[in-house]
Amino acid sequence: MSNQYDAMWEKLNLDLDAHSGLLEVLGKFYGDIYVSQQGRLRGMEYMDFVLSEVHGLRIKELQDAKAAGKKVVGTFCVFVPEEIVLAAGGVQVGLCAGAEIGNDQAEKVLPRNTCALIKSFVGFKLSRLCPYIESCDLIVGETTCDGKKKAYEIFSDYSPVYVMEIPQMKNACDRDLWKSEVLRFKSKVEEITGNKITASGLKDAIHLVNERRRVLQRLNRLRATVPTPISGRDALLINQISFYDDPVRFTTKIGELCDELEERVKSGVGVVPEGTVRLMLSGCPMAVPNWKLPYIIESSGAVIVGEESCIGTRNTRDLVAETGSTEAELIDALVDRYMRIDCACFTPNTERMENIANMARELNVSGVIHYALSFCQPYAIEAYKVEKALSAASIPMLSIETDYSMEDMEQLKTRVEAFVEMTR
Amino acid sequence: MFEDQTVAGIDIGSRSIELVLVNSGGVLRHEKRPTTFDPLGQCRELVEGMDGSRVIATGYGRKLFAESFLELNVSTITEIQAYALGVRFLYPEARTVLDIGGQDTKVISLSDTGKVLKFEMNDRCAAGTGKFLEFMAVALQIPLDTFGEFALRSDRRIQISSMCTVFAESEATSLMARGERPENIAMGLHGAIVSRTIAMLRRVGVSHPLVFAGGVAHNPCAVRLLEEQLGQAVTVPENPDMVGAIGAALYGRNSAART
Repeated sequence: MSNQYDAMWEKLNLDLDAHSGLLEVLGKFYGDIYVSQQGRLRGMEYMDFVLSEVHGLRIKELQDAKAAGKKVVGTFCVFVPEEIVLAAGGVQVGLCAGAEIGNDQAEKVLPRNTCALIKSFVGFKLSRLCPYIESCDLIVGETTCDGKKKAYEIFSDYSPVYVMEIPQMKNACDRDLWKSEVLRFKSKVEEITGNKITASGLKDAIHLVNERRRVLQRLNRLRATVPTPISGRDALLINQISFYDDPVRFTTKIGELCDELEERVKSGVGVVPEGTVRLMLSGCPMAVPNWKLPYIIESSGAVIVGEESCIGTRNTRDLVAETGSTEAELIDALVDRYMRIDCACFTPNTERMENIANMARELNVSGVIHYALSFCQPYAIEAYKVEKALSAASIPMLSIETDYSMEDMEQLKTRVEAFVEMTR
Repeated sequence: MFEDQTVAGIDIGSRSIELVLVNSGGVLRHEKRPTTFDPLGQCRELVEGMDGSRVIATGYGRKLFAESFLELNVSTITEIQAYALGVRFLYPEARTVLDIGGQDTKVISLSDTGKVLKFEMNDRCAAGTGKFLEFMAVALQIPLDTFGEFALRSDRRIQISSMCTVFAESEATSLMARGERPENIAMGLHGAIVSRTIAMLRRVGVSHPLVFAGGVAHNPCAVRLLEEQLGQAVTVPENPDMVGAIGAALYGRNSAART
């Protein structure tokens, strides 16, 4: 079947047949999990459109930007400061790595027991199925775990990779390290874009990214009301799309969606029946199209009202202070904000325990489902601490370890349903 | 009068299907059948002519049952809740439930009012479940229902370290090749699943009395090793594989009484 974007994908050296198969599966999956929902907001039409054009129109925009001399930077982690890329006139996109794609290819270069996210980005690359990876002038990795660290070394044989060192503790020397990494990244971005970052450019970029965080914070506040006005799946999708959509347009569109949500909240309309169990997700990021667990949860008499995750509050909770005006002040503000990220790569990671317990209390949830990707040591091990912190707050937790495959759907359903029964 | 309503609980497991009928007086009758390759056919025969006003289905086949018997008034609950309710009914003092079935192992911690506090299930692999014992009994050519007694005739404890069914089988094969008595190998295999179970129990926390239910509770060697490792007696119901169906039926009876 030919497609209006075939020529563009061919130019990006995608495997056209396999790629059209992928889009077909994705479309069907999206239809089952998203479009079939009742009572969705009108504003979600924009999300449907963006997702239907995920490898089409948005890629064309990136190609147009490149033709106009802009550089595209791809990332896998919320630690990479988008403000720097934007201040240098670049475009940043979060690379998804949320589907079980090219596993056989990935396992040629990676051990079998590697986490699904790492296998996915390597698989996407080696099977030539991701137009984002192929559009990037630079792919920024980071040292959040050993698996990613070593996989980037392999990935760099195929793509232009740059790795940022993420500190593992939060002492003064760690902040110094992080600051030097932010400055080194700034030089790298200036070098590839050919643009010098100015204080005013940085201030504007900080404001722009903060505005996107603010609109997502507003979404989170609104969705917390009873009755729940938007499904957890839709809220997750909005967060997922925030990583690759144009930030200005996205912020405007989500602002409009929040206006609609506000009306819905005022009229007391919800998307779930009364008595639906309120749950919160916590743990590893869920990248597009990893909707397996949210779908199971929301088909089991529960609704997700918050995600304590990189694709969730870990990315949106903290803003960069906008008070500075010199470049040095702005860089410091940036460094401080990113050092507040409570990723499981830190030791100890006490802020995360506090943040989870506070969030669960504020959202008034009946329980928390902790989600770790299989073989993700930082989150899988930290689940123990999270459970202790939640149990001290009398909030039950279910710990789930899974990957992107569908083979454990039934087992997961039984566990999730039993947890919902238990918290009811 | 809803008090005299008869309610059915059906537990569709990977290996057997149990049907229990209850009313306000308690359990009226129970029946068990193998799951076979036609679980729905087995269910149909079980529920034929049944006088229950409503049916509560549990077990891995609960959804299939609910979708296939639309003419019956079917609701579903998970095995976790069913076992918790069933054990609570049989042993009101119980604080921990261990259920080893055909393809899942579950540990449930109960509050003093019988509420589920915490639970854990084995992951997608059947290691440490009834299926493991079934495979191993076949490998040693011993009928499954006497596999436990057979293992208890061992004269020496050997360690089978592998938890994976495939690897454990090759471990057993190499022990046989070295001339180890099959009784001792059988004991080692029972030891492997019990150690795995103990690890799960410790994660949830063991409070006594502990009720051991599910099909594997029929196996005297599994019971013996469990008691040895826990250092305390466990309670095995008379019909350990019927507990889920009893719990499901009771759920139906209690919710009928509320409406």
